Amino acid sequence: MPETRPRIGVFVCHCGKNIAGTVDVAKVAETASRFPGVVYATHYEYMCSDPGQALIQRAIKEHRLSGVVVAACSPTMHEETFRRAASSAGLNPYLVEIANIREQVSWVHGGPKATEKAIRVTRAMVEKVRANQPLTPVEIGVTRKALVVGGGIAGIQAALDIANAGFEVILVEKSPSIGGHMAQLSETFPTLDCSQCILTPKMVEVSRHPRIRLLAYSEVVEVSGFVGNYRVRIRKKPTYVNPEKCNLCGECAKVCPVRVPNEFDRGLSLRAAIYIPFPQAIPSSYTLDEENCLGIVPLRCGKCAEVCEAKAIDFDMHEEILEEEVGAIVLATGYELYPKEAMAEYGYGTIPDVIDGLEFERLLSASGPTRGEIRRPSDGRVPKEVVFIQCSGSRDPEHHKPYCSKICCMYTAKHALLYRHSVPDGKAYVFYIDIRAGGKDYEEFVNRAMEDERILYIRGKVAKVFREGDKVVVWGADTLTGKRVEVRADLVVLAQAIVPSPGTEELARKLRIACGAEGFLKEAHPKLRPLEALTAGIFLAGAAQGPKDIPEAVAQASGAAAKAVALLSQPKLEHAPEVAEVQEELCSGCGICAPQCPYGAITVDEVAHVNEVLCEGCGTCVAACPSGALTFRNVGDEQILQMVRAALEVEGVGV
Amino acid sequence: MSEFEPRIVAFLCRWCASAGADLAGTNRLQYPPNAVPIRVNCSGRVEPQWVVEALKSGADGVLIGGCHPGDCHYVAGNYKTRRRIYLLRKVLAEMGIEPERVRLEWISATEGARFAQVMQEFVQELKKLGPIGVVRDKGGVTGGGKENQAWSVDMPGTKGVEA
Repeated sequence: MPETRPRIGVFVCHCGKNIAGTVDVAKVAETASRFPGVVYATHYEYMCSDPGQALIQRAIKEHRLSGVVVAACSPTMHEETFRRAASSAGLNPYLVEIANIREQVSWVHGGPKATEKAIRVTRAMVEKVRANQPLTPVEIGVTRKALVVGGGIAGIQAALDIANAGFEVILVEKSPSIGGHMAQLSETFPTLDCSQCILTPKMVEVSRHPRIRLLAYSEVVEVSGFVGNYRVRIRKKPTYVNPEKCNLCGECAKVCPVRVPNEFDRGLSLRAAIYIPFPQAIPSSYTLDEENCLGIVPLRCGKCAEVCEAKAIDFDMHEEILEEEVGAIVLATGYELYPKEAMAEYGYGTIPDVIDGLEFERLLSASGPTRGEIRRPSDGRVPKEVVFIQCSGSRDPEHHKPYCSKICCMYTAKHALLYRHSVPDGKAYVFYIDIRAGGKDYEEFVNRAMEDERILYIRGKVAKVFREGDKVVVWGADTLTGKRVEVRADLVVLAQAIVPSPGTEELARKLRIACGAEGFLKEAHPKLRPLEALTAGIFLAGAAQGPKDIPEAVAQASGAAAKAVALLSQPKLEHAPEVAEVQEELCSGCGICAPQCPYGAITVDEVAHVNEVLCEGCGTCVAACPSGALTFRNVGDEQILQMVRAALEVEGVGV
Repeated sequence: MSEFEPRIVAFLCRWCASAGADLAGTNRLQYPPNAVPIRVNCSGRVEPQWVVEALKSGADGVLIGGCHPGDCHYVAGNYKTRRRIYLLRKVLAEMGIEPERVRLEWISATEGARFAQVMQEFVQELKKLGPIGVVRDKGGVTGGGKENQAWSVDMPGTKGVEA
């Protein structure tokens, strides 16, 4: 700086009578003019008005001010205004500070004490400005491409929205096809439209979109970088089938000697080692599952390749690691059902006729293992009495999950209703704790199930489920009548709790973002920032963030996509320069600072390093540094202490 | 002699406590003018050393205002502060300084009334405690009624002066 001695201007605002009615503004200005470093002080009616700003700008030029203190309203009101004004007069905006003498003085105090406090507050700010350094915002470029992780309905929606806004998208899905759990559903509540019929057109749109690159059977291995500039490593597993050549004739699966449980049908059917999860799968191709194949290296069977007329099967395919650069990441990794092993009290996993909600969806589905006829797994008979148990694993903090899984009240009503349509002489019972049907047309739907469809809703928990002959006996309590209830059922359907899909926490660790206590991805703010992680540039969509139904997942996905698009549309990102900084010569490399940082902005080798883009400026690390090597730009320790001393010492300057 | 008016330095986080103080202003809630507020980004930025220095420089009490647990704008800065201030108060007590002189409060941006109430309470409490009984850095001794408690902070690196 050409001028080493500070030349500070103090501008005291009357704010009409808001300040001047209580505080003697002339005295504040007059006293301030005698503060060390102050070369000019004045007061004016409305500092934020155009003439007020012009007054400041004129003074900056005429008095060659090196810093400005505006004693006025809260900095949340006009800090930006005054910094911009000063900036256009040639003064670095970070040399402008606001002394809050309205909200924190004139509006809350009266009498001469108010004036005294206004002087103290102003004096402290003068000290701050004396030590402030000119700063420039950190500028960052943006890679105009997004990564969407998870190809369920939320990931599909987010990918399509971002791509339709004109940006490239990489969509990573770990299973062989996109579609997620929605592809497994039969019909959707409360409209009962066919799930696949509304989903598959969107899947096709993804596959045809010129700006979406779909990487199925792939996983995110590593993520580094920061907002606008993430580097991602993706592992693409070999499918051993060239999707360009595969014509879906299905001959390969017929000759494959292997039979394993079909994941898509939740194990209710079998598939070959070479398979397509469901006929409308995208990418539209068979996949050879290496784990269950008799052997690829060395080749032990090879029958599939022999019958493949399209010559699509390629045993030489191998794993690829792709490196991509993206500016924004949308996480839509979805949910899984609470594992059946955990529900021993309901016989799940030991009694074949106790199944979960998704298994029941497959039984209901026209493309399912029974072609939509409801037949129980043990003997294939049509069940005449079915018990549906809600909150299986949910709302049970002592044994299972404490939270409400949100969608089960609705899908259980749907299940019972569809069962009654399919088996008109069948009886359906629903055990419930409460009915939570908050949603458009949801309450009406449940009422319809209760009244029109003659489904017996029993309020109470089920104590025990056990097998007796070919029946599944359900013991429960009806808490409304206070009586014990026993139902000798043919089939029991558990509305299992919704849990984050496996690998969610591992992925969160790779991205350095947080999960809540139950493992769902944590949003930056539960009310005001529900679509984003705390780490800038990472957005959340769908059930990975918490249990939600299809319309909610889609809405959140579109919201997350809009946020991602807003980020990708920036020509450049600006980051506040008021962040932590290391004075390397003082740093011993002890590393105490790094775990203090919630943003992973600090790395320590010989000494600590702060990534100024990742640093959000809380200063918690600075307060923790035992050697004073970490400092905070424009909030230095000595600076603060000077402010404190000055504020306490005002009499010296003559109040 | 007029009544003792304690001097307070208040370190307020910008997202919660300072915003709460602003709200007290917007609602015109009157409270004693004894504190000089200093706004910081996060209560996690407040160093225990600042508090000690403030007490040495003539403050009779120091208030640290942060976001409620779980609401920290920076995830967990307030938890760090809580530990640091807890420890600091223990150290101060060892040194004969009433730990009540250092007050940590969670005040959200919507709690203007709470901010005003905290100020009322703190001023009352400090009036009861009387002026801080330490020898000040700048040579002068704080005036005060509690002669027995007047003593010097004799620590390496401090510039305690005999009364």
